[in-house]
Amino acid sequence: MIIESLSLMLIVLSAALAVKVKDLLISTAFLAVMSLLLALQYYLLQAPDVAITEAAVGACLSTAIFVLAIKHTSRVEK
Amino acid sequence: MHAENEKNSKIIEFAALGLMVPIITFGIYVIAHGHLTPGGGFQGGAIMATAFALLFVSLGKKAIESIKGEVLVALECIALIGFIGIAFLGMGNTFFFNFLANSGVLFGEKVPFGPNSGIFSSAGVIPLMNFFVGLEVCCGLTLIFFLIFKGAD
Repeated sequence: MIIESLSLMLIVLSAALAVKVKDLLISTAFLAVMSLLLALQYYLLQAPDVAITEAAVGACLSTAIFVLAIKHTSRVEK
Repeated sequence: MHAENEKNSKIIEFAALGLMVPIITFGIYVIAHGHLTPGGGFQGGAIMATAFALLFVSLGKKAIESIKGEVLVALECIALIGFIGIAFLGMGNTFFFNFLANSGVLFGEKVPFGPNSGIFSSAGVIPLMNFFVGLEVCCGLTLIFFLIFKGAD
């Protein structure tokens, strides 16, 4: 119960920080953290299949695409 | 912006190449145990594709030049043809018929009645289809990354 509510609060916090931060690379890292905590939440809700997919696709593959897009554009949000 | 520091650091290159081995091993484990534990073809293939994403992000141009897009397309086609071919092999009864289950040949061991810890060589054609789906997903996601990274340069 404590782990569930703590991870839910951290999901909301990291999502808000990802929007707020001006450096886009740090924002991408916060998105990856949010995805990883979401995978933990899926695991606690008895869906390990979805948790594996979320950890692989959400935390790694989309982060790689964002990093590449930031590398070829500007890093700081204007 | 990044023109002056195109050269990669040796530490990152070595760590990425070293990390690829356990990631791909874990992906193959998830695919192989798809019929016994959570996970399966898609999940294992996505895990294997993350290893190639790590390779592309950390090595950059060197990784793009060492991989050919035609090979990925060919592997993807082989996997799709294998999946549909196995589905058509059961056409004596129905499409996708599990003709290998309980036959004693390949993955065809009989499962005893009652609770057990899971028998690896059971479930008939399901592990073979998991393997083909994993290969297809891994090659497809790697091809997406390859084309994005190639087009950006």
